[in-house]
Amino acid sequence: MLNRQGRPSQAGDSGLHSIKTFTGNRALEQVEPLLFEIGRLEATGVDLDEPAAFTPRLGGLVRKDGIGLPGLSEPETMRHFVRLSQKNYAIDTGIFPLGSCTMKHNPRLNEAMARLPGFADIHPLQPQSTVQGALDLIAQLKDWLKELTGMPDVDMTPKAGAHGELSGMMAIKAAIIAKGEAATRTVVLVPESAHGTNPATAALIGFTVKPVPARENGLVHVDDVKALLGPDIAAIMLTNPNTCGLFEKDIVAIADAVHAAGAFFYCDGANFNAIVGKVRPGDLGVDAMHINLHKTFSTPHGGGGPGAGPVVLSDRLAAFAPLPLLEKNGNSFALCESEKTAEARGAHPYGRITAFQGQMGMFVRAFAYMLSHGADGMRQASEDAVLNANYIRAGLRDLMSQPFGDKPCMHEALFDDQWLKETGVTTLDFAKAMIDEGFHPMTMYFPLVVHGAMLIEPTESESKASLDLFVAALRDLAMAAKAGDTERFTQAPRLAPRRRLDETLAARKPVLKWVPPTPLSEAAE
Amino acid sequence: MADIRYTKDHEYIRVEGDTGTVGITSYAQEQLGDVVFVELPSVGKKVDQGAEAAVVESVKAASEIYAPVAGEVVAVNDALESAPGTVNEDPAGAGWFMKIKIADASQLNGLMSEADYTSYLATLS
Repeated sequence: MLNRQGRPSQAGDSGLHSIKTFTGNRALEQVEPLLFEIGRLEATGVDLDEPAAFTPRLGGLVRKDGIGLPGLSEPETMRHFVRLSQKNYAIDTGIFPLGSCTMKHNPRLNEAMARLPGFADIHPLQPQSTVQGALDLIAQLKDWLKELTGMPDVDMTPKAGAHGELSGMMAIKAAIIAKGEAATRTVVLVPESAHGTNPATAALIGFTVKPVPARENGLVHVDDVKALLGPDIAAIMLTNPNTCGLFEKDIVAIADAVHAAGAFFYCDGANFNAIVGKVRPGDLGVDAMHINLHKTFSTPHGGGGPGAGPVVLSDRLAAFAPLPLLEKNGNSFALCESEKTAEARGAHPYGRITAFQGQMGMFVRAFAYMLSHGADGMRQASEDAVLNANYIRAGLRDLMSQPFGDKPCMHEALFDDQWLKETGVTTLDFAKAMIDEGFHPMTMYFPLVVHGAMLIEPTESESKASLDLFVAALRDLAMAAKAGDTERFTQAPRLAPRRRLDETLAARKPVLKWVPPTPLSEAAE
Repeated sequence: MADIRYTKDHEYIRVEGDTGTVGITSYAQEQLGDVVFVELPSVGKKVDQGAEAAVVESVKAASEIYAPVAGEVVAVNDALESAPGTVNEDPAGAGWFMKIKIADASQLNGLMSEADYTSYLATLS
């Protein structure tokens, strides 16, 4: 069976695939049906007494049929979820080189700290006098973030990077409204290489998005920004280092020009991990920047945990930070939850972006990372992340093509598909062949400005031995592609439990509900 | 020979009589990369010039296809639903999207000729 791109979707009849087993299991690789397929409607894992007769007061709303949940024993349930977890590929099983995602190791010390009962067993609604330690931790984390970024204030509440972007841009919008310029400043500039969330955020809160072209060197030029600046520009959203893994050299000149035009400078801090301890965004003229604690400060993400996206704010924006505001009075801490109280102290919160004070569990993990690394350790982590990316770049540059020339990169190495031309192998095929080699593929087809992009971010977590194996495997694949071994790519993944799925159809027409198979007797009619 | 006109968004319209066949240019398919999905309008749909008429999704991004001129959709290329890759292989031929019955032929004058489009492409690279 082929999918609609002409690639095999099911295991074939050759080689290892031709070996049949009675169960369908393949040694340790076990077939895992859905809970509905394992369980039995008539069974239950727990013995419960029949409820005593009672008169329901639901009127006509009483359920007439069973809800159809499958019954399983405790071992069956355990096995199901453990087997599913074993099918997962995670940073704990191997290198996870997804560019722009910063899949770095999640230190177990962070987990131990987050499980301390004083952090793990508290509730956002319990009296503030009983959670002083937790509030103290938030206050200290705020200080570290301010110190590392050189910014005067930080809004801790956003729960992910894009949420932080939204909060920062809402503060910018509030500042523009306060200046009485809401009717005129309606346009936000976003470079073509930006993360998709940038234009989406600006559009979501009512701004019009205007793209800024990138030059041939992959960078935004200050003259191109100046040409677009005017009384209608509310802000620019710039990522630095940018999504091509390059440091925007004109950033200070861009910030000056933006400020001279009366606009604000939002920096996408997704790639802050490349410059911690080296560059302070506050010195670059940034007005707001979110920090992905789940990337830069090692808290689990990508299915492993929620994000956390605090936003550092300049003096021009600090007053507009959303509620609740964390205050220190002598040796005690309090959360200011009221707009009135905040106004009385000269603040103008734009409102609230989330119910409580933010992602407490992630604050503990990020702070544990900071304390265990120290300032020098965090600087070295940035340096090692950049070094590792360049090690991969140097190891592959003679075989694969670089869109912006053979120049050092920051924390991620970017290749295009120029070198695959005439091979019959696409970036997607190459990524699938990496699965057969036991690697999670790199980010592909992003940034959009690069044709057939392959964006590799190893992070500082990988040892030299790990990088050497990765580079050697990719070299072997690249040479096979050039030598015409097209099948290794068009047939890939050959060894994974599933092959090429119809990803488009799955996204367009997702099957979200389990439907029992038609009984044989009915199907025959 | 049929008259082919182009938009700045890289759609083409090949005019035969009062009907135009709409698709995307070779440049557009090259920029999109492997096309994996095409969503076509229903036959009989009336479209304005510049209005969203179809959606094309590639491994890279989903993009709208805009109607080069106003008119009524009189035919769509159903074959693309099962073989979207045709858009990459033969954009000017078998990879066409829809046929539009042109409401106002004068709108064609505002579109680019083959020569204009070629020089427009030269400004993009």
